[in-house]
Amino acid sequence: MAQHQVVSPLPGIFYRRPSPEAAPYKREGDRVKEGDVIGLVEVMKQFTEIHADAGGKVVRFLVENEAPVEPEQPLLLIETA
Amino acid sequence: MFDKLLVANRGEIAVRVIRAARELGLKTVAVFSDADKDSLAVRLADEAVPIGPAQASKSYLNMEAIIAAARQAGAGAIHPGYGFLSENARFAEAVETAGIVFVGPTPETIRTMGDKAAARAAAKRAGVPIVPGSEGEVEGFGEARAAAHAIGYPVMIKASAGGGGRGIRVADDPAAFDNHFRTAQAEAAAAFGNGALYLERFIRRARHIEVQILGDGERVVHCFERECSLQRRRQKIWEEAPSPAIDAATREALCASAVRLAESSAYRGAGTLEYLYDDETREFFFIEMNTRIQVEHPVTEMVTGIDLVREMILIAQGRKLRLAQQDVAMRGAAIEVRINAEDPDRNFMPSPGKITALAFPDGPGVRVDTMLYPGYSVPPYYDSLLAKLVVHAEDRDLALARLRRALGELEIGGVVTTAALHRRLAGLEDVRNARFDTGFLERLLMTQAPSNGMQTRRDS
Repeated sequence: MAQHQVVSPLPGIFYRRPSPEAAPYKREGDRVKEGDVIGLVEVMKQFTEIHADAGGKVVRFLVENEAPVEPEQPLLLIETA
Repeated sequence: MFDKLLVANRGEIAVRVIRAARELGLKTVAVFSDADKDSLAVRLADEAVPIGPAQASKSYLNMEAIIAAARQAGAGAIHPGYGFLSENARFAEAVETAGIVFVGPTPETIRTMGDKAAARAAAKRAGVPIVPGSEGEVEGFGEARAAAHAIGYPVMIKASAGGGGRGIRVADDPAAFDNHFRTAQAEAAAAFGNGALYLERFIRRARHIEVQILGDGERVVHCFERECSLQRRRQKIWEEAPSPAIDAATREALCASAVRLAESSAYRGAGTLEYLYDDETREFFFIEMNTRIQVEHPVTEMVTGIDLVREMILIAQGRKLRLAQQDVAMRGAAIEVRINAEDPDRNFMPSPGKITALAFPDGPGVRVDTMLYPGYSVPPYYDSLLAKLVVHAEDRDLALARLRRALGELEIGGVVTTAALHRRLAGLEDVRNARFDTGFLERLLMTQAPSNGMQTRRDS
């Protein structure tokens, strides 16, 4: 079964939800299409949407909500096939 | 009277406060997150206390950690800098409850001035002009028309339920008002399910002008004004003193109004009253007060020779203001530009990273407030301000020439900065003639080919 990792293109803080009160973009088990927003990375008070670069099913997130992330750090594991 | 000061902040302002405290003979304590272990503030302070992980919400916004750090280090006072907890009344209260001096106004003042409606009401009571508007929502066409007449044209018609610029229409005269009002009402009802409208004077070309004040809880003096009309997404990037747009009589009325409002709240510490200035009618309107030191305070320091941060600390030590109004004089002109780690050619994309080359301008009339040093890694977790380049000269033209010269000497390698944008601005004829308003910079940037639309800014 093929698996794919979505990585952060940027250093910063990773958020799983669009705002503190909102529901997470994706949960474990959710279907995900290529291009779907899976989270935000905050860099110097600017927020960048992170898009899935493959479709499939969410296996799990590899970092906690509001955790610092490095460039190329895996954020999300997707089951692609 | 305290002899040790904790600085509850980071970046250039932490360095700025440490310097002022040291000159007063105080011991200094820096606090730092995991991402700031190598910061200049940590290096310069007498002591440094860790307060948590990189995320500001768990470190620089963590009241308990900061107060615990002050207790641990035996600091008698906390300077909040700007941003973070600087305008948080609960923090000021908690600091005082812990028996520590908060370098700033009372929690009550912070609370009142932080509440838009309360600040507006305080201004009204002090006889300070505010942007004319309807008292709440207007009902019915007759009442609306009378209100528009009283407010004066052009009038902005806003949907109560709108926001972010939605549901706003501008009427230049009564005929246009009649049309717009009915359409706006129908639209608001359709779009928001609520047809309630309110009215406010529309200022077509607004300048942002602000007055610096110092108070000791009884008496207040002003340190003249700054103009900060060059903004992008409401972030100031270029500030100057004096405002090139107002004459001596306007300046006197403006500064006097700021003193009236600050005195009416028995203001203690350094503060700034922000105004919109209408170029067409030459009126000024109070919009809000910042109850802290501001990023752009150095331009005021350059033209008045007053060390505002030192005065803040002296006031916090319980001393009376040393200055009478006639002691405060303004000489020449000063300009500050913010050097941010952002790429102006790529929609101001943030550019954290390691500083590989560093040369700051020097020579007459040049000041640089920064936390950079060669080899420093700019973390991605906080705001993008790297340095404030400030110049001072006998008049504005000479200050601009000095700014162009200084920007030519500036070199920051390893990260992309906004220096190139400032070099461009400093050479523009409209900037030389001070023909700008708060929309100028965004209009200028729109004429460039916009790059990718990656950013959505979320206030945190």
